[in-house]
Amino acid sequence: MNTVEVSQISKSFKGVKVVDNVSFNIVQGEIFGMVGPNGAGKTTTIRMLMDIIKPDSGEIKIMGEPINEATKDRIGYLPEERGLYKKITVTESLFYLASLKNMRRSQAGDRATQLLERVNMLPHKDKKTEELSHGMGQLIQFIVTILHDPDLVIFDEPFAALDPVNTQLLKDIIRELKSQGKAIIMSTHMMNQIEELSDRILMINKGRVVLYGSLGEIKSRYRNNSVFIECDHLPESIAGVAGSKNHGKYVELFLDGQTSSQVVLKDLISKGVMVDRFEISTPSLNEIFIQVVKEAR
Amino acid sequence: MNKTLLILKHEFRKILRSKTFIILTLALPLLLILGFGVYKGVQEWHHPAAPEEVKIGYVDEIGMFDEYTNQSDVLFVLYQSEDAAKQALLVKESKEYFVIPPDYLSSGLITRYTMAREAAPSEKTRGQIADFLISNLLSDEVSPQIVERAKTPMLLASIRLDESGEIASGQDVFSSYVLPMVFVVIFMISIFFSSGTLFQSVTEEKENRMIEILLSSVSTRQLLVGKVLGLGASGLIQVAVWFITLEIFAEVASGTIPALSDLSIPVSVLAWAVVYFILGYLLFAAIFSGIGSIVPTAKEGQGLSVIFTLPAVLPYYFSYFILTNPTGALSRALTFFPLTSPITAMIRISTKAIAPWEIALSIVIIVTSVVVTMWVAAKLFRVFLLMYGKRPALREIVRYLREA
Repeated sequence: MNTVEVSQISKSFKGVKVVDNVSFNIVQGEIFGMVGPNGAGKTTTIRMLMDIIKPDSGEIKIMGEPINEATKDRIGYLPEERGLYKKITVTESLFYLASLKNMRRSQAGDRATQLLERVNMLPHKDKKTEELSHGMGQLIQFIVTILHDPDLVIFDEPFAALDPVNTQLLKDIIRELKSQGKAIIMSTHMMNQIEELSDRILMINKGRVVLYGSLGEIKSRYRNNSVFIECDHLPESIAGVAGSKNHGKYVELFLDGQTSSQVVLKDLISKGVMVDRFEISTPSLNEIFIQVVKEAR
Repeated sequence: MNKTLLILKHEFRKILRSKTFIILTLALPLLLILGFGVYKGVQEWHHPAAPEEVKIGYVDEIGMFDEYTNQSDVLFVLYQSEDAAKQALLVKESKEYFVIPPDYLSSGLITRYTMAREAAPSEKTRGQIADFLISNLLSDEVSPQIVERAKTPMLLASIRLDESGEIASGQDVFSSYVLPMVFVVIFMISIFFSSGTLFQSVTEEKENRMIEILLSSVSTRQLLVGKVLGLGASGLIQVAVWFITLEIFAEVASGTIPALSDLSIPVSVLAWAVVYFILGYLLFAAIFSGIGSIVPTAKEGQGLSVIFTLPAVLPYYFSYFILTNPTGALSRALTFFPLTSPITAMIRISTKAIAPWEIALSIVIIVTSVVVTMWVAAKLFRVFLLMYGKRPALREIVRYLREA
């Protein structure tokens, strides 16, 4: 069963289509990346998933049924617009929000301690959240999202305002969640983060789906059949190479289409070239996005 | 546990721990205890010294004012001339002196001399001099009884009759004026405080950006109902504390303070007060949560809320009119206008000048208003909850309501 099934949802605000006929599925145990520039319709799509905004048309099923109180208890949602109760302590906030997910206090207490420990926030548990720094607040919000051990977790711009160390820490936790079989949606305009974490992606631009599928498959689809090479010298001719372009520090070799990169590497080594770097060129998600948008025009 | 109940509990505990709430709730009991303490203290330690006999000099240029000079706490001393009287005043032998001129009987003019700075002669001095003059003027003409009546022509007692000619209940000043006013003030403070707090509470999650996190667990309806009931429960506790304090105070004070001997608050009146408090709170809670739904921050809603609080204080300004004319057209109108109804009805109930059908009708009107307003508020809350930092125009609100 798909954890999330979205079929042909659309939403307009004041006559402008913000989300236009979007469909996708998400299964357990995958990190599903939602990418697109600011204003592409990612947050609106997520808000429709969470039943905060109703779609004008289309259907959304979460764990096989339209969202309801029982399914809400199994979802963790970290919205882009997020905050904390300022006047109460971290622990009180966690207990209250966990209770709203139907989690028992004793259970919530154990797991909160464990998670606070994990992100090094345990010493701050009795502080009021207004005393915390912005980044610390983000960590607490992250814990709130996964405290009740949800089966579906939705992160909207999860790493905003986090330093590299904490970003790495949260990425590790997200990968763990994946290995525990959770379905994870990650939405961000930072393409490189999606590239690093996602199994499958949904790329949207101006409310429309422009790419949807497995990240590896998409990348190989947009590969332009060349390799990057850094070495001491380049021989006159290399087997299967039709042309080259000097990028300064490295050279891009364009393959003829019949030869595999393995053969090229073998030929280089047999000609005594000292290879420092040999890399099959795959376009970044960013480049793919730019290409896709150009093609659409 | 039911999520509405969880939100109710959370809001209830939050308000119970807030300093403003605690101070406001305990203010009345503390004030009454303080007042009672001061009264007892004065009773206990203040023994008024036996009043020193005051001497008032006078110069009688007619020669008929020579009796009744020795009154209970004043001695009138006759001087032969104004100079002698002035000398006595200067050496502080007398407190003051007055001159009865030869033409007094026709002019009535009395000139009084004193060294005390005063805006006007005290009532006491005035009365003493007047009594002295009356006694001397009449003593030869009529009986002492008539002299006494001339000095105090009446001790007034007025009794209000009802339509059947029976003596109407609730004759004493306390139940007809003081009690209703106490209710008005308690109502206004408590209803405005609770619903004002609600107003902040409804905008709180928008201001601290908790709203989407909360809505991933609960519905807008659960959130709004939980808040309204949670703060309502705290308001009820506040009012209960005040009423119980008043009841106890009435019990104790009527036994110990003679002036308050007939002080008592009928239980039926208190029961109605609780009913009208709940209704009044719900109405203003619904209105304020509607306003709170539209505006992005509590600050921006303050102006809008005045439109509704202004009519609500009308009964306070018209309270004297309602008290003296409880069945008049204005009193009736205020009883049936939802915003003024709870307080007006309470004033009239405590003076026992309201018909059962009027109570019933006012309750129906308030309940209907609460239901309608609450429905609108919930719609608005859902539509505007993601509007950060922008106040919608009236036209937008109407359009959204129609679409919702």
